[in-house]
Amino acid sequence: MQINNFYNEILTEHNVRPEYKREMEDADLVLEGVNPSCGDDIWLKLKLDGDIIADGAFTGDGCAISQASADIMLGLIIGKKKDEALELGKKFLKMIQGTATEEEIDELEEAGALKDISHMPARVKCAVLGWRTLDEMFK
Amino acid sequence: MQDFRKDFPLLVKEPTAYLDNAATAQRPQCVIDAEMDFYINHNANPLRGFYPLSVEATEIYEAAREKVRKFLNADSEKEIIFTRNTSESLNLVAYSYGLANIKAGDEIVISITEHHSNMLPWRMVAEKVGAVVKYLDCEQDGSFTKEALDAAFSEKTRLVAMAQVSNVLGRVNPVEEVIKRAHAVGAVAVIDGAQSVPHMKVDVKSLDADFFAFSGHKLFGPMGIGVLYGKEEILNKMQPFLCGGEMIDSVHRDSVKYAELPHKFEAGTVNAAGAAGLAAAIDYVERIGYDVMAERELALTKRAMEGIKKIPHIHILGSENPEDHTGIITFTIDDVHPHDVSAVLEADKIDVRAGHHCAQPLLEHLGVRSSTRASLMFYNTEEEVDALIASLASVRRRLGYAD
Ligand SMILES: Cc1ncc(COP(=O)(O)O)c(C=O)c1O
Repeated sequence: MQINNFYNEILTEHNVRPEYKREMEDADLVLEGVNPSCGDDIWLKLKLDGDIIADGAFTGDGCAISQASADIMLGLIIGKKKDEALELGKKFLKMIQGTATEEEIDELEEAGALKDISHMPARVKCAVLGWRTLDEMFK
Repeated sequence: MQDFRKDFPLLVKEPTAYLDNAATAQRPQCVIDAEMDFYINHNANPLRGFYPLSVEATEIYEAAREKVRKFLNADSEKEIIFTRNTSESLNLVAYSYGLANIKAGDEIVISITEHHSNMLPWRMVAEKVGAVVKYLDCEQDGSFTKEALDAAFSEKTRLVAMAQVSNVLGRVNPVEEVIKRAHAVGAVAVIDGAQSVPHMKVDVKSLDADFFAFSGHKLFGPMGIGVLYGKEEILNKMQPFLCGGEMIDSVHRDSVKYAELPHKFEAGTVNAAGAAGLAAAIDYVERIGYDVMAERELALTKRAMEGIKKIPHIHILGSENPEDHTGIITFTIDDVHPHDVSAVLEADKIDVRAGHHCAQPLLEHLGVRSSTRASLMFYNTEEEVDALIASLASVRRRLGYAD
């Protein structure tokens, strides 16, 4: 596989200039997610308005894939209902496992840029860190 | 230049540049042949049978021990114990010597440069017996000041653990000085030779090390065979590490007499084929010569470091001087996580190591979270080094940075 498809523009853009990587003092939910094997580390912070994710942010440190994936995830879930967000997480996981349909990948919008990770087993954990943390947050 | 690569079947066919030699070296055909020859022509359980085949297997195994003895210049083959690897050798010392001889309030000096394998066993001992761990801190370039040494040692020091060569910085540590200081206060010195033995002649007697450990697989030998050297007088007083078959003279319902050295420390069926492979690896190294290997490695290291220093945003850990690297070049790239560095290099068919290299306390001490390591061996080529430099120069751009 060609690396230049892999670190594509969407991914590098979200890594170099993340939209949601910032502090959030008044978050309703805060959870740390870690990949011990590689040291990826994020703090996910969400503000809720009833059932709706009103705003979100993250801080942390890790590889481009983990950081970009978290940033893309926030862009996707802000404004959505909790259940919708978790549903997207399931689709993301399917995509990473290489079992999602074209329509499902379309629904993931920019997160679809990470679909080639399914060919890189060593990096799957990095890609799902944000989504896994989100899932745990709502448990 | 002689083409060493043809000695290594994997290097002949592998399309990637293998620059992770500090993790494990490649094996030459003669090592693979020696291991296979054992199974095809001499396989029986060594040390057990009286029939000719078992005697042959025993002879091969013991000849390998004698080869290692000579290689390290140890006094007696009783001082050479075969283990699985460096980690097992060090654990053997920790359990059999450490737990029995180190008491509450004693001090254990551990160099901060250590691989977890030469750190965690001593921390285990300290925790179990109530001893105190004192870290011997290095400078940013990996050197040790007199003040740091003075601060680490005291009259209470009972054991000191240090690698002869750091697996992150590649620097040769002042083990002679550390061993002298240990002996001056009545402590034993445990030297981790995992990264030194593949690159330089080691003489345990002139070093005066009490224990010295290394792994076969980093010395072009098979995986699963390692060595512990220990001074006979110390080993003699130690209790066995593992109990079971072949490490006893006699066992009765209520008593047991352990075997003599070195078999006291080799419970169960041994890795005789691995030992045969290790012996072949030592022959191979001696045939080529450490001087030839070191000259090639230094030339490659110089070329790599000069190239890398010209690339903005890359920082090499440790000394500025290629002579202080033993072929190991560990670095960071601003804003780029080592796993991304490694992924870019991987796409360019270059194999390196990314992460904390099993030396997390050292990286913390140096103020680095994680890093990427390229480690060179005499069989690497200028072309591979140039490919590494070119690939590294493209990393930031490929990750979306302007320069
Ligand atoms: C300095 C050092 N010590 C110990 C080890 C552990 O060696 P092994 O994994 O063969 O036990 C290594 C290798 O990873 C090393 O580089």
